[in-house]
Amino acid sequence: MSDIIDKNIDQKKRKSLKELAGATGIAMAAQFNPALVGHVFGSDRPIKVGMQLHRTGIGASYGRWYERTAAATVNLINQEGGINGRPVELIVEDDGTDPKRGAEVIEKFATQHKTDVAYGTLFSHVVIGSSPRAGELKLPYYVVSEGYHVASGALNRYVFQPGITDVRSQMISMAPWIAENLGKKVTMIFPDYAFGYDHRDYFSLAIAEQGGEVLEMIPIPPTESSFTRYFPKIPRETEVLYHVLVGPGVLTFVKELGQFFGTRERPRIFGYIDSLEAVDFATPQLEFLQGTHFWEAFPRYVQPNQTQHDQYFRGQVGVDQNGASVNDPRDISTYSHMFGCWETLFIIKEAMEICGYSGPENRSDLVEATESLTEFPESRNHPQGSKIFNGKIHQCFGIQHISRVEDSRLNVVHTTSIEDGLYEPETDYLQMSL
Amino acid sequence: MDLGPFLLLASLEGLVQAAVLSLSALGLCLVFGVLRVVNVAHGEFYMLGAVIAWLVSNTLIGHPLSGFLLALLVAPLFVGVIAFLTDRMILHKINHSPEATIVVTIGMLYVIQQSVLIGFGPDARTIEPPFYFHINFPWFGYSGYKLSVILMAAVLLLMVWYVISRTRLGLVMRATQLDREMAQVLGIPVGWVFGLVFASGAMLAALGSILIAPIRQVHYLMGLDPLLMSFIVVIIGGLGSIRGALMAALLIGMSDGIISMFFSPTLAKMFSTLLVALVLIFKPEGLFGQRQS
Amino acid sequence: MINNPSNRSVTLHISACLFLFLFSFILSDYHQLIITRIMILSIFALGYNVLFGYAGLLSLGHALFFACGFYAAGLPIYHLGWEVPFAFLFAIAISAVVATLIGAIALRTHGVAFMIVTLMFSQVAYLTTLHFSDITGGDEGLVLPEHARSFEIIGVQFDLTSPQTRYYIALGLLSVSVLAVYRWVNGGLGREWVAVRENESRTRMLGYNTFLIKLKAMIISGTLSGGAGAAYALMFAYIGSTFASIQYSIDALLYTLLGGAGTVLGPILGSFIMFYLIDFFSEYTTAYLLATGVILILLMLFFPLGVLGTLKKKWFHWIP
Repeated sequence: MSDIIDKNIDQKKRKSLKELAGATGIAMAAQFNPALVGHVFGSDRPIKVGMQLHRTGIGASYGRWYERTAAATVNLINQEGGINGRPVELIVEDDGTDPKRGAEVIEKFATQHKTDVAYGTLFSHVVIGSSPRAGELKLPYYVVSEGYHVASGALNRYVFQPGITDVRSQMISMAPWIAENLGKKVTMIFPDYAFGYDHRDYFSLAIAEQGGEVLEMIPIPPTESSFTRYFPKIPRETEVLYHVLVGPGVLTFVKELGQFFGTRERPRIFGYIDSLEAVDFATPQLEFLQGTHFWEAFPRYVQPNQTQHDQYFRGQVGVDQNGASVNDPRDISTYSHMFGCWETLFIIKEAMEICGYSGPENRSDLVEATESLTEFPESRNHPQGSKIFNGKIHQCFGIQHISRVEDSRLNVVHTTSIEDGLYEPETDYLQMSL
Repeated sequence: MDLGPFLLLASLEGLVQAAVLSLSALGLCLVFGVLRVVNVAHGEFYMLGAVIAWLVSNTLIGHPLSGFLLALLVAPLFVGVIAFLTDRMILHKINHSPEATIVVTIGMLYVIQQSVLIGFGPDARTIEPPFYFHINFPWFGYSGYKLSVILMAAVLLLMVWYVISRTRLGLVMRATQLDREMAQVLGIPVGWVFGLVFASGAMLAALGSILIAPIRQVHYLMGLDPLLMSFIVVIIGGLGSIRGALMAALLIGMSDGIISMFFSPTLAKMFSTLLVALVLIFKPEGLFGQRQS
Repeated sequence: MINNPSNRSVTLHISACLFLFLFSFILSDYHQLIITRIMILSIFALGYNVLFGYAGLLSLGHALFFACGFYAAGLPIYHLGWEVPFAFLFAIAISAVVATLIGAIALRTHGVAFMIVTLMFSQVAYLTTLHFSDITGGDEGLVLPEHARSFEIIGVQFDLTSPQTRYYIALGLLSVSVLAVYRWVNGGLGREWVAVRENESRTRMLGYNTFLIKLKAMIISGTLSGGAGAAYALMFAYIGSTFASIQYSIDALLYTLLGGAGTVLGPILGSFIMFYLIDFFSEYTTAYLLATGVILILLMLFFPLGVLGTLKKKWFHWIP
């Protein structure tokens, strides 16, 4: 095992030297004559990345930003010489945030577009519905979903989540801080579907380990449009109200929560930013969030200690200081998720370079090359922060932030370490046949 | 929360729900009563009302109240025109045959929903409430606008009642409902009446959604739930009975809030849907309707 | 011989199946996958048509039967580790039982009430799959395990991960269903159905038990739909509640109306046309369901008989 890794690293070194030389050459050529770039790429056909996108359905606002991020990343990769000297082409298909359509999109990628990989899915049920098709068509499938489904072993050898930490790890890493600073008696409000159950199952475990307990679980159907009637279920002795919601009703949910508590004494509130992704904190009636806490993977509002990588990432994707589109300050990004699209594409690139990927006949090599990766240091390609990758469970682990709402913006108050989020692996995809 | 305050909250929520539901169910009921057809695209007219309201209030700069008032005028009119054209150009051509109408209105459901998807996009949007104040009960807080929704719906319902029972238009409608052939013989332009009733039904749905839009989010898929709820109300109330529909809307709106406190909301929906199917089978005149000859 | 209408139509049905068989040799991978799906959904539409096209009962809740077979096949495999052929037969049996029960209750209503009652039952079934997500996986669904991807019948090994195998299994199931439906609608049962469709009270006065005739249509229709659901789950190894949603009830209606209600091959033709239309539209717009709506309206306005129904009326009277 160890010499496989050694060999890979060796290979990587050699590749990156070559890459550096190539990239410099292309950059120079591009400066003189942009049309030349096409020639430098050679006559090879492009590397096709099939993006399975939630353009419609309940995942649409995430989908819009996933597409922008992916397009910016592909642009950048192509400017720098593509992958193995070949340009990257992004082929986007809408899955309607529906697992049935998702499976068909995977088939379309594998057999009609003949893409090299499939990529970019967020909603858990689409990932799970599409995975068997990806596995049987032997199409490497890189999801950016945050769910625990990949690491749990429920999927197959062709499905990876290398660009975003899974929910279970996120919760393990944050539970100690929550128990210590906010309280130990928790009431959870979560969507009544798969993604919510990850929260239900693993947060209650994580908080119990800290000596806390979950007093009440309040699942809400993701298509619900009115929420007030759920709030009386919150027990009075609740110290922390933990909320995470997705879907078209998120803003109504947060507003009604504020109305319900009014000016009375209320529990401390800890939310997943999912409840307010793509929503402006300066929206009227959200003032009550002042002083509450949120999980963020990647701080939406620029922090005093902003890294140059974050600055670069914002510039390339077109996001301003407040996490909104540079073209429209009302168009708020899904900043804590979409970086995963950026990072995952660079990981695909890295894996393809390790195995000298040349076409669909190399797909199994690509799977093994991805499995051989072990860490992604913080860099321009990994702006959210350093990550380690476990090839056995196809899942990466990174840092998380807890932010406090102050004057309609989020300020980071705590950052976890990678080690805080590690757990005992429950599966080993390497044992599965290719 | 103690039972008393909880019941108060559940009743307030139930009343808001009932207010909007009664407007939209009344529309469905009116259409069924006069035309004897079921409009499956009803929920999409509801959605369309909210979308137009968003367009109006978003393009108008100034106080949200002026945008809201203008929306309350423009959106139902727009929806009404579309519904009227649907009736004259499509339903009229298939002679308002009950089965064919259901299939055609399923088609309309997709046409409206997908056109909105193209024009309005897939995102959920918000409308600023025309006014906002907060009511603080000792046990929980409540939005003042929500309470006013109940009031506004009541006013609108009174206006509908006036039109139906006190005006010539209402008389013509009731005559057509009682005996289509006789109305024709008496010189009532039945085709036009059908078109107007179909349009009024859609406009009532749109009115309901405009009232609720500032406290919910506007989304191209928001029509399915009100459609199923209106179905339930109209069936429990006895198909075509307006008084029955209003009573059923109150009953269902109120119980929805209370039942889902004790059961999971999905389970509550399962039971109520099953109950309605059984009502339709074993007591087709509805719980509040009179048996028709 | 070939001029005898009955022989001509038998020839037509057999050559349709034969055509699909020969077609498999020239299809690209993508179309082979698509057509496998279409053939399974065709069986669903074929079943729908027995009730709607022949017995004249418009159901808006056939997703219930599809989902019934779907889950009855998938769940025992997932939870109890059953073998594929056994699960398939079990699903068909369960679908028949459920269709009998639903039929016995829903057939007490007529016309619009029947449409709404079936819609509501189907909605209840959909919510059930969501609510009992510990068992069904809810809308996230379940992936069928490795052992369910191949099976053995009398020593012959079938590999469900192979697109060819799946294509031929789908074709086999479709052919059997076509021939069975063909036999039924051309036999006494078919004539009874048509009699009920054309004039129920008159048929009753002639001494027929119309309730029983309709119930038989319901059972056959529900069983075929359930079989299609079971095949779909087993072939594509995923079960999730989206397949129980109202969209599937409407698809079955649409395929049948488009191809021609009351013709055996109509629903199959309808499935093919509709599936490819949606695939085509989705290249150009995300609002591809617009096509569903527009086609439904145009059909009702101008071609209530559907493609094959119109052909039959104008030229080929012998198509059953």
